[in-house]
Amino acid sequence: MSTSLDGGDLFRVHRDDIPYVRFLGADGQPTQPLPEWVNDERTMVGYYKAMVKAREADRKAIAMQRTGQMGTYPSGLGQEAPGVVYGSLMNKDDVLVPYYRDLSGQLLRGVELSDIYLYWGGDERGSAGEGYGQDLPNCVPIATQAGHAVGIASAFRIRGEQRVAVTTCGDGATSKGDFLEALNLAGTWQLPVVFLVVNNQWAISVPRQIQCGAPTLAQKGAGAGVPCVQVDGNDVVALHEVIGSAIERARKGKGAMVIEAITYRLGDHTTADDATRYRPNDEVRKAWEEEPVKRLQTWLHQRGWWSPEQETALQEQVRSEVQKAVEKYLSTPLPETSDLFDYHFAETPIGLRQQHEEMQGGLSHE
Amino acid sequence: MSEAAEKKTLIEAVNLALDHAMEEDRDVVVLGEDVGTNGGVFRATQGLKDKYGLRRVMDTPLAETLIAGMTVGMSTQGMKPVAEIQFMGFIFACMEQLIGHAARMRNRTRGRLTCPMVVRAPFGGGIHAPEHHSESTEALFAHIPGLRVVIPSSPVRAYGLLRSAIENPDPVIFLEPKRIYRVQKQVLPDSDFRLPLDTCFTLREGSDLTLVTWGACVRECQEVVRQLAEEGISVELIDVATIKPLDMDTILASVRKTGRCVIVHEAARSFGVGAEIAARVSTDLFHELHAPVERVAGYDITMPYYRMEKHYLPDENRIRQACLQAFGN
Repeated sequence: MSTSLDGGDLFRVHRDDIPYVRFLGADGQPTQPLPEWVNDERTMVGYYKAMVKAREADRKAIAMQRTGQMGTYPSGLGQEAPGVVYGSLMNKDDVLVPYYRDLSGQLLRGVELSDIYLYWGGDERGSAGEGYGQDLPNCVPIATQAGHAVGIASAFRIRGEQRVAVTTCGDGATSKGDFLEALNLAGTWQLPVVFLVVNNQWAISVPRQIQCGAPTLAQKGAGAGVPCVQVDGNDVVALHEVIGSAIERARKGKGAMVIEAITYRLGDHTTADDATRYRPNDEVRKAWEEEPVKRLQTWLHQRGWWSPEQETALQEQVRSEVQKAVEKYLSTPLPETSDLFDYHFAETPIGLRQQHEEMQGGLSHE
Repeated sequence: MSEAAEKKTLIEAVNLALDHAMEEDRDVVVLGEDVGTNGGVFRATQGLKDKYGLRRVMDTPLAETLIAGMTVGMSTQGMKPVAEIQFMGFIFACMEQLIGHAARMRNRTRGRLTCPMVVRAPFGGGIHAPEHHSESTEALFAHIPGLRVVIPSSPVRAYGLLRSAIENPDPVIFLEPKRIYRVQKQVLPDSDFRLPLDTCFTLREGSDLTLVTWGACVRECQEVVRQLAEEGISVELIDVATIKPLDMDTILASVRKTGRCVIVHEAARSFGVGAEIAARVSTDLFHELHAPVERVAGYDITMPYYRMEKHYLPDENRIRQACLQAFGN
C-alpha cells in the first residue's frame, strides 16, 4: 500500500468511506426499506407539524422585518428538517449550542417563539427565557460555538453526567479554525458532543464548491478521529436515524460524531441580503423540488396519515399560534435603562452605576 | 510547620491558590497547554495533576482559541475553569472568545447563563524571553465591558486575589507579572484569605505625591519611594492590582491629599490604563492638582527583543525624574 500523502487519493478514499444516508427521495418515495420507528404516526406527523410551524414562524419574521417591526432576520426557509429532528431527539437536560438559523430546533427545545422574535427584534431578553433551559443563545460569530460545545461536553465528562451537547453550524463555519480545534478535542477526548453541519450550500454569497476543496465537509471529522456521515438534510427519516444514533453513541460515552446534513438555503442569507445578485435562479428552482415539507407531506398522504382537511386545520392552527407570538413580542414593553448596565457583572461596580445615572441625565462625570 | 506557613514566591502562591481552590470546590478545574504532567512552563500547576487527576487538570491540545472557547462553555455549566495561556503573547487567538462571548454571556442572556471563569497568563518583560513573550496588553482587556482584569504584585496579593478571582461569578483575566514570579518570598495567610477585586492597595502612605502603578513596576516604584523619602519627599504608593473595575475612589482620595500624581506602567503609553487614570484624575481634581498628571510607561513601539528591552521598561531613573518634575525640578 502506498504511503504517499497525495491529496487526491486521500480525498477519494474518504469520500468512498463516508456513508450518505437517505430514506425518502425528493418525491416522497422511499429509496430503501424504512426503519421500524417510522410506523409511529405521532412521530412522523409531529415532524411535519413542527416543520410547518417553523416555516410559518419564519415567514412571519420576514414579513415583520419588511414592515419595520423587526430587525435583520436570517431565514431558515428550506432547512427546517434538521432542527425538528434534533429538537425532538435531545433530552431536555442535554444542551443545544446553536448557530443562528436554528428556529425550528429551538422551538422544539421549548423556546418561546415570542422570545425568538424578541431576540431578532433587538432585545437581549429574547435569549433569557426559561424555555432555553441551559441551551446557549444564538451564536453570531461563526463557528465560535463549537468551542463552547466541547467545553460543555467536557463539563459533562468531568461530572460523570450522561448528557450530550449538540452543536450546529453552517457549511462556511467548517472553514474556521474554531470548528477544527473543537473537533480535534472532541476526537482526542471522546467527548459526548454531536457536530451537526447544516450544509445549505451558501455562506452568504460563497457557494459550497469554493468554500472547501474536500469532496465532503463531513470528512473533516476523519482528521480528528471523529466518525463522520453525510445525510440528506431534507429527509426527516434519514436525519432521525443519523442524529439519533449520534446522540445515543455520545450518551454511551463512545464519543463525538460529525454529521453533514445536506440541504439548501431557499431564502436570502438575511433580510439584508439579495441572493439574486449571486445565485442562479435555476439552482433555486431545483432546490425547491427537494425541500423537506412537501416531501414529508407526500409521504404522509400516501401512508393515509394526512388529508387536505388536516392540512387546512394545521395551517389555521399554526397561523393562530404564530400570531399570538407576534402579539406577545410586539406588546413587550421596553426594558428599563438599568437593564443595559445591570448584567455586566454579578454586582454592578460603582463606576457603571454612575454611568447609568449619567445616561438618565444626572451627573455628567464620575 | 504547615505548608502555608512557609515563605512562598509569587508563582508558588499561584500554585497554592489553585491547589486550595481545587481542594475546596470540585467545580474548579485547570486547563491549558502543558499544565498537567509538566506542571506548567512556570510550574504554576505543579503537582495538581497528581493530586486531582486528569479530568480536573487538563492538558489541552495546542490551540488557544479552543482553550478560551471550551472555558466559556464549561463555565456556562457552572464549572469554575481556570485556563492558563502560556504567555500573554499567545492570548490574541482567545480574543474573539473573551470579547465576543465570555464578557457578554451574562448580559446577552440577562443573567440566565454566566461565565465564572479565570484566564491566567504570565505577562511583561524583563526575563530575557523570546519574541512574543514579553508584552503588556492589559488595556486590551480592561477596555472590554464585562471583563475583570487583575494583576498581583506580591505573593500574598497573588494568593488572595486569585482565590477571589476563582470564586468570582464573572470572567477574570488574571495577569501575572512573570518578572517578579520568584523575586520575593512571603508567608501566606490562611487558606480563607481573600482580597477584594475592586480595591486598590495603598502600599505606603505619603503626603506630597501619589505614585500609581501595578504589576512588576511596583518594585521599582518602591525603591524610588524609599530614595525620595531620604530626600524629604513623602510619596503615597498605590498598587492598582484590580485594573478593572478600577477603584478610582482610593486614587482620587490620595491625589486630593497630595496634589500630584505619577502613573507608572510597563505597557505602551498611549491609549492605556494610565491614560484612563490620568483623565479621571484631571477631570475630578483639576483645581487641586499642583502639577500635570505624568505617565512613565513603555514607549509606543513594538516590545524590543531582550537585548534592548531595558531601554523600553520603566526604570527607577525615569520614575524618579517624573516624580521630581511634579515638584518643578
